[in-house]
Amino acid sequence: MGQKITIEPVTRVEGHGKVTIHLNNEGKIEQTRLHIVEFRGFERFVQGRPYWEMPVLVQRLCGICPVSHHLAAAKALDVIVGAGTGDGLTPTGEKMRRLMHYGQMFQSHSLHFFHLASPDLLFGVDSDPIKRNIIGVALANKDLAVQGVMMRKYGQEVIKVTAGKKIHGTGAIPGGINKHLTEEERDYLLHGDDYMNIDKMISWSQDALEFFKDYHKNNKAIIDHFAEFPSSYLSLVRKDGALDLYHGVLRAVDSEGKKILHDVDYQEYDRYIDEEVKSWSYMKFPYLKEIGKKTGWYSVGPLARMNTVEFIDTPLAQKEFEQFRKYNGGKPSNKTMHSHWARLIEILHSAEKIKELLNDPDLMEGELVTRGTKKLEGVGLIEAPRGTLFHQYKIGENDMITMANLIVSTTNNNQPMNEAVNQVAVKVMTGQKEITEGMMNAVEVAIRAYDPCLSCATHALGQMPLEFEVYDAYNNLIDRKFKH
Amino acid sequence: MSQFVKFTIDTIECMATRGQYLVDAARENGIFIPTLCNYPGVKPKGSCRICTVKVNGKLMTACTTPVAEGMNVENESAEINDLRKSIIELLFVEGNHFCPACEKSGSCELQALAYRFKMLVPRFPFQFPYRSVDASHPKIIKDHNRCILCKRCIRAITDDSGRSIFAYRKRGIGVEVVVDPKLGKQLTDELAQKAMDICPVGSILVKEKGFNVPIGARRYDKSPIGSDIESMQISKI
Repeated sequence: MGQKITIEPVTRVEGHGKVTIHLNNEGKIEQTRLHIVEFRGFERFVQGRPYWEMPVLVQRLCGICPVSHHLAAAKALDVIVGAGTGDGLTPTGEKMRRLMHYGQMFQSHSLHFFHLASPDLLFGVDSDPIKRNIIGVALANKDLAVQGVMMRKYGQEVIKVTAGKKIHGTGAIPGGINKHLTEEERDYLLHGDDYMNIDKMISWSQDALEFFKDYHKNNKAIIDHFAEFPSSYLSLVRKDGALDLYHGVLRAVDSEGKKILHDVDYQEYDRYIDEEVKSWSYMKFPYLKEIGKKTGWYSVGPLARMNTVEFIDTPLAQKEFEQFRKYNGGKPSNKTMHSHWARLIEILHSAEKIKELLNDPDLMEGELVTRGTKKLEGVGLIEAPRGTLFHQYKIGENDMITMANLIVSTTNNNQPMNEAVNQVAVKVMTGQKEITEGMMNAVEVAIRAYDPCLSCATHALGQMPLEFEVYDAYNNLIDRKFKH
Repeated sequence: MSQFVKFTIDTIECMATRGQYLVDAARENGIFIPTLCNYPGVKPKGSCRICTVKVNGKLMTACTTPVAEGMNVENESAEINDLRKSIIELLFVEGNHFCPACEKSGSCELQALAYRFKMLVPRFPFQFPYRSVDASHPKIIKDHNRCILCKRCIRAITDDSGRSIFAYRKRGIGVEVVVDPKLGKQLTDELAQKAMDICPVGSILVKEKGFNVPIGARRYDKSPIGSDIESMQISKI
């Protein structure tokens, strides 16, 4: 008799999820699905609100990367107020926003690597869950834990001086920003006491990369071959091919590195990308229209960015990028666990960018806002920590929102996560009579590599524990395990 | 008869000009009596009741009661403060006040008073009424979700001939403040901004200007409501 196994809740991810594993009559895995079962409805209830409220309202989707939603919405509204499509702001407006964004990238990636991912690396996928968490990390490797906490704090401080608050600020407004950086704020971040200064952050970012590379040397099987599968990759890239987390053109490459989306203007993203709805998940499945629903899916996020860009415009991160590309033979890395490597390169890049911006006098003086001829529709894209984030708004003649469409990073990663889950489940669960903690965590490790934010992805409401369920061929529930 | 009168607020001796309203007299003596419908320079109405005090043991609204010689006023007692807190809670549950995305957050008098009176969870059930947002005027948005019907705008925003540009519409529980359709064109940019500033909540919004004031520079970011008045009392001591 066929079976279905469900893993719920999926832990150490932002939000909540459920995995079901469907077995056939021979007990072999037929299909594995990552279900996202929350529902929130932001796209609907922002309708009828004034457009300039969007950056402040929609960032409430998330407490981890509100800045990404804040800025993507502001970028969409820049178009609406006639301030250009991402490159028309005043130098102060654009640079303050970039500083906010790099602060966000720095804190979110640090949170993920140190708090969520490092327990798996330090203790192993099937180690005792009592130990396999950030407290366990603190006990086993105090320096690593302190670095994680302080790096996150530093990123949050950068957000505070640009957005007014560490979480859910108001800095970006349509057409620009609402404040300058003060000399005091700049000096605090540039030359603050130990540890709170940018040089320390850069050096810690390098240490984290060394830690990972050491681990990689001794654990090639897990880093190079755990949940390895071919995928296409999509991200914004700067027009000259450089990594740019704030603005650029849309590029996608296939698993071999061939361009399949040729640096297009994202204002017309809906000409190239569509979303499919499946009955078993509230999370949609985006795909490239030209390639089609079946194989047009793609990955986004740090790994995708390392696979689409040609270079990084900060020296230390560029060196690391060159090593990364060389290791992968100059081709895209299709190794899910390389996401962690890519994420660490971006932490270093963000720190370097923060330093560059803090030394820029434009942050401290100059026009904050610019406006031009109003339009009734705008699209804003940004490379959020977890990948490309799409915000689209339409307004009526009376300035109220009539339509909103959000494709968040985790939604873009929906199919890749399902692929990864399936790969791992087939590997660790086939022929097993009982679901063990180690098996469940292995599946989670694959999901966790994407650093998914499941509540963002569904714009969700309420609790979502991770549950694993096993169903037989007749869809009868035969086993169920919870993880909290 | 002397031009001045002596009275006490919470046993503190005060002096004021005869005929002055209690709320203004208290302010001049460095004592804060909270208000919502009252606004300096606008004829008092006494409708929100937040300024309720006990005058010689009797509950009265401080914004409509003139001071008199020998008055004993009770302002900061547990009983009075709980009464005020309950009014704030009623206002919160009666409308739809979502501070996180409101651009008046940090500059909102209702929110500032809720902080002052340490409102955490209202004791009354939320009503979640269906209310609309009227964006038909070219200069302002009237968000009925947040309106507390204080009538400040009706009383203060007038055209050159003194006619109110804002007006009540409908009756009873459905009453709402709207721009008078006949006088809407008289609402200049200056008056629109004045209307937004005078609104104690975020119900009147000037179009396309949201969130220009950064966090940290908003009205109550540095000094909570009433603290400016109370600092006068401290310096007097």
